Amino acid sequence: MQRFSGLDLFLRALGRHQTWKPQWREPEPKAAYDAVIVGGGGHGLGAAYYLAKEFGLRNIAVLEKGWIGGGNTGRNTTIIRSNYLFDESAALYDHAVKLWEGLSQELNYNVMFSQRGVLMLAHNIHDIQSFKRHVHANRVNGVDNEWLTPEQVKEFCPALNVGPNMRYPILGGALQRRGGTARHDAVAWGYARAADALGVDIIQNCEVTAINRDAQGRVSGVETTRGPIRTTKVGVSAAGHTSVLMQMAGLRMPLESYPLQALVSEPVKPAFNCVVMSNTIHAYISQSDKGEMVIGAGTDAYTSYSQRGALHIATHTLDAICELVPMFRRLRMLRKWGGIVDVTPDRSPILAKLPVPGLYVNCGWGTGGFKATPGAGHLLAWTMAKDEPHPINAPFTLERFRDGRLIDEAAAAAVAH
Amino acid sequence: MSAPFRLAQGGRIDRARPLGFTFDGKSYSGFAGDTLASALLSHGVHLTGRSFKYHRPRGILSAGADEPNALVGVGRDQTRYTPNLRAPQVELYDGLVAESQNRWPSLSFDIGAVNDLFGRFLPAGFYYKTFMWPRKAWDHVYEPKIRAMAGLGRAPTAADADRYTQRYAHCDVLVVGAGPAGLAAALAASAGGASVMLCDDQAEFGGSLLSETTATIDGKPAAQWIADTVATLRGRANVMLLGRTQAFGYYPHNSIGLVERLTDHLATPHPDMPRERLWTLRAREVVICAGALERPMVFPENDRPGIMLAGAARTYANRYGVKAGSRAVLFTAQDEGYRAALDLARAGVHVAAIADLRPNPDGELPAAARAAGLNIMAGTTVTGTRGRLRVSGATLGRLGLDGQVGQSQTIACDLLLMSGGMTPSVHLFSQSKGKLRFDETIKAYVPGQSAERERSAGACRGIFGLAAAIEDGFARGEEVAQAVGRAGGAVTRVAVTTLAAAPGVHLGAAPHDRDAATVKAFVDYQNDVTAKDLALATREGFRSIEHIKRYTTTGMATDQGKMSNMNALGIVADALRRDIPEIGLTTFRPPYTPVTFGAFAGTSRGQLFDPVRQTAIHGWAADHGAAFEDVGLWKRAHYFPQGGEDMHAAVARECKAVRAAVGIFDASTLGKIEIVGPDAAEFMNRMYTNAWTKLESGRCRYGVMLREDGFVMDDGVVGRMAHDRFHVTTTTGGAPRVLAHMEDYLQTEWPDLDVWLTSTTEQWAVIAVQGPNARKVLEPLVEDIDISAAAMPHMSVRQGRICGVPTRLFRVSFTGELGFEVNVPADYGRAVWEAIYQAGLAHGITPYGTETMHVLRAEKGYIIVGQETDGTAVPDDVGLGWAVGKAKKDFVGKRSLARAEFSKPDRKQMVGLRTRDPHDVLEEGAQIVANPNQPVPMTVLGQVTSSYFSAVLDHSIAIAMVRGGRARIGETLYVPMPDRVIAVTVVDPVFFDREGVRLDA
Repeated sequence: MQRFSGLDLFLRALGRHQTWKPQWREPEPKAAYDAVIVGGGGHGLGAAYYLAKEFGLRNIAVLEKGWIGGGNTGRNTTIIRSNYLFDESAALYDHAVKLWEGLSQELNYNVMFSQRGVLMLAHNIHDIQSFKRHVHANRVNGVDNEWLTPEQVKEFCPALNVGPNMRYPILGGALQRRGGTARHDAVAWGYARAADALGVDIIQNCEVTAINRDAQGRVSGVETTRGPIRTTKVGVSAAGHTSVLMQMAGLRMPLESYPLQALVSEPVKPAFNCVVMSNTIHAYISQSDKGEMVIGAGTDAYTSYSQRGALHIATHTLDAICELVPMFRRLRMLRKWGGIVDVTPDRSPILAKLPVPGLYVNCGWGTGGFKATPGAGHLLAWTMAKDEPHPINAPFTLERFRDGRLIDEAAAAAVAH
Repeated sequence: MSAPFRLAQGGRIDRARPLGFTFDGKSYSGFAGDTLASALLSHGVHLTGRSFKYHRPRGILSAGADEPNALVGVGRDQTRYTPNLRAPQVELYDGLVAESQNRWPSLSFDIGAVNDLFGRFLPAGFYYKTFMWPRKAWDHVYEPKIRAMAGLGRAPTAADADRYTQRYAHCDVLVVGAGPAGLAAALAASAGGASVMLCDDQAEFGGSLLSETTATIDGKPAAQWIADTVATLRGRANVMLLGRTQAFGYYPHNSIGLVERLTDHLATPHPDMPRERLWTLRAREVVICAGALERPMVFPENDRPGIMLAGAARTYANRYGVKAGSRAVLFTAQDEGYRAALDLARAGVHVAAIADLRPNPDGELPAAARAAGLNIMAGTTVTGTRGRLRVSGATLGRLGLDGQVGQSQTIACDLLLMSGGMTPSVHLFSQSKGKLRFDETIKAYVPGQSAERERSAGACRGIFGLAAAIEDGFARGEEVAQAVGRAGGAVTRVAVTTLAAAPGVHLGAAPHDRDAATVKAFVDYQNDVTAKDLALATREGFRSIEHIKRYTTTGMATDQGKMSNMNALGIVADALRRDIPEIGLTTFRPPYTPVTFGAFAGTSRGQLFDPVRQTAIHGWAADHGAAFEDVGLWKRAHYFPQGGEDMHAAVARECKAVRAAVGIFDASTLGKIEIVGPDAAEFMNRMYTNAWTKLESGRCRYGVMLREDGFVMDDGVVGRMAHDRFHVTTTTGGAPRVLAHMEDYLQTEWPDLDVWLTSTTEQWAVIAVQGPNARKVLEPLVEDIDISAAAMPHMSVRQGRICGVPTRLFRVSFTGELGFEVNVPADYGRAVWEAIYQAGLAHGITPYGTETMHVLRAEKGYIIVGQETDGTAVPDDVGLGWAVGKAKKDFVGKRSLARAEFSKPDRKQMVGLRTRDPHDVLEEGAQIVANPNQPVPMTVLGQVTSSYFSAVLDHSIAIAMVRGGRARIGETLYVPMPDRVIAVTVVDPVFFDREGVRLDA
């Protein structure tokens, strides 16, 4: 792998940038691999990278039906945090945050992880109770999260309206200073480049059309639009399309898919210094390095694979943004898009080995998958390599929906975030 | 100040109405009808902006929504400042104040332009490759610097003083765009009486025709035809014309978002006028007549001020009476560009040369140019330009037969026009999920298969030429009239005279003889994406246009690729040696042009953000000094402070009063659902865990409702009013959710059940009278109901009258005291409340709020769904195992309750906690551990769910969910806080009157 650095950039600039190599190869699929990852988003590419890097599996492929990073990896609002309520969730997401903290250096690709703080606003007494419970739970879990009074909220994020003239005045907030944002595309590309350098074949425009099993029921390969591939380990990391893939292996997944919208404003000079989320009035906002306000809306009420959301959902998010930051009322929406989120009954992911030997899954991240990218990739790699879950993802089984050992973060965060 | 570039005559401006304005503090003049761009050009001002990355000086490039360069901030004052407006779209008014952006200290001398000198070190995606060392420097050095450099205009610094409004509407036919095709379509569509809405983003209808001075339609000048047509449309009652209205988004089932600008063009808007109006429109048929955009040419240094789209220069001359320069060169690849050269020459601009990329331009327009004596250089490209703040010359190179640049010469000019071809505006069509098709003859995407009831007409579907576009408009208009059943017969066609133009077929970079690795030939002007950046991206292995867009940021500027996308596709296709359709196409996302946040928010602001729900008794509580809390949409009385009490003092007093005498509480916000029908009891059996069949009329039962997954969803007391009628209560916040949950099951799972559900939350005011004296207070007020302990036991309900008003009187208690809940029709709520209060004064009646209600119920160990439960508790966890009918065949959640996990002894169970120091009040949400000295992450046993100081008991009380809690009663556990550890004893969650004797008093 050509190593990126300021010096390298300088030298290649002197060479008029003619010597740059492709960041990853464009290989033809081989007839067989030791393991195959289905889904070339950040999670799948991350899994391939860690399989190669930590577990020594080099003869592996990532199969992507479109272009890598083109699904939810490239459609989210890039928020990263780990101040989740339940011990299992906090451990899962904090595993990811710890990896985020060194990711640019690990991948030698600047993913622009920016720990500007994620502030969750409380607007009523129930919010206060809920967030304080988060703060206490996070503290004994070793996850940073602190309670701010309205005055401290204003001090931390001066753009916010903390006055009493709001319909739901800000009564305080929970702040995770280690939270922040990252450049979403760079995460996919960084993992792709690093994985490719370790020998991983990244195969785009290659859709999986069947999962093959041998007489004993074990996974024996996949059929793709670019021909059959033999393998004994298949890791599926395909977000909303996981249900479709799993049906090919005879498994019914407890997933529902909803459109989720996000939008950006035209770019402006720095005017908003952190990430703010408000579950109660349904809005979240941060400013990208480019200057755009990145704003997340809620999910549509109905299930759909359509990558666009309803107008009234975005409308309802923007009225909340205008309340929180009245001076943004004159900013203008530049671009609005939709993604498809795959939601489990308890709003926590499934990251597990499955009853079909050789089949592993990573799905059900709902509205929160981006923040987990490095952690999910790492844990999927671990689970595939060792054929058993890491202690952190051990609770996130498929069987929990049958046994009842749910990890219900929906209780804590009733809206999309 | 005189305007030297204003033509002596012509244009649609009103020369009788001069206007003054300032740009960067300097005063200028213009006329009514000008845009900021045309007025600046009339003074010879081209330099209006700086680019995003290299801070290169930039001029006005276009005359419309595709303008990437001339972005300005406009503000009447700090509360009305808007950044990033496109100067060609800013209508001039007297006193307008505009400023340039993204430059320091001034537009003509910008320190940031140093980036341009180091441009070779800042290629596409450079930031992914550096700024990684040392690690902490990203947070403290690199990122803050990058952020400060990025962004365009400055965000407003004061809250917006303007108002916005919204409208919903529907029509038979929406015609988007009032150019030649749109006007024709609207005429034809409305001829038979169909309701037609015609919108256009400009102040005047006419579109491209507004810049047309030579063509005739129906034997008259284009301007006259516009005026006549608009007058005809205006005269039809079934037609609605919406000017200054952009159709920005196409949503499912022909729902269209429009935004109408109402005041931005006015010097002194009426203060009551909203600034913008958002329309959500549903149209049976949509005709898109969005026109086409001219493509610039990509050649070295193609971005200097004074370099402009040919069509834009023509618009400035013909529509605004402004010549954009004195000495022009045209660089074109299509006939259309010649129109500008001809019109500018006619306006007195010296056209020094026409460089035509094509070897043999031979259409009507080139012939006319030859006839006018213009210098046409066929087979010629532009290889570079001169000038810094304004273009001063262009180097033209002849192309040999081999395509190589041969002899070249530099021609002085202050205006360089570009015309690379026309790109149909397929944005709305694509948003409607219609499939696009690449048309090889015009080298552009055009609408293919439709997904909605929509059709395109005119240039936006590749039908170029005035006559053809008008004919297409008529034909499509007739079709939709027919489609909506309002055909008006064939519209009389019009004759059109104009010079025909052969379509341009050039895409991508023009050939040149410069070093392609170093020259800057801009594709996306605003984001400073050059042809070599695109080449670099392909060299680095990016293949999909989506990747290339994201890596180079081409097409991501505020024009969203209107100016750049097709050229970028052409360059990438060349670099990869693939056909354009193989490269893919980036998604067209709404909005077409940026839309103000405030328009979406509309009137939903401040106290109008959400409806406020108030009970019938709200006014009384407010009069008596209540502090309120928000619970869902409701305002609930939180406590009633007296004489300067704080909340704790007030709550202590209220609690003691209830326990010692009697309290009165407004419980009207509780959700209420009337369940009626022969199968009402069966329905209740299926929805709730409890058994209902044997509940007698006149009796109540505490009901528990589960989600399908077995977790507690809601609870409430249910009264059986008759064999076939239940009065169900829900939590305040849960009411809509519970009704929807019930309806969902009733309609989708059990349509065979004969039962109706009606929300009655608003119908009943509910007055809780609680305390030992409750019966004494109510007895004299109640008619025809015997409320004695013997006749009306705890958990019963009677119907009768109170204070002369019909009532459903419940004997229930959420306090543990003798209690009644008086339900009366909401209109009588306040009167009955006041009567009860008056009657109660003799018995020490005290109004109390939700906080006291919480303390009293906690003393009794009653749960609040959503506080003790968090969506992970099954009934047994919170001590409600008794409420689950074991013998019941089925109910929602029953199967889930059988799951192994739910019978484990280490589940979190509800218990009470006592602190050693009785005045230590635990914090709600605090965590509970067995060993407070263990390292982090600790093994947590549970959390405090409710915690108060009980004035009645004179010690703190807390309810908690603790693993295996019921078996731990008597144990000491610990609550680790940031500054200390609090030891607690696990106790039974019922702190007061464990035997429940007071309930039955």
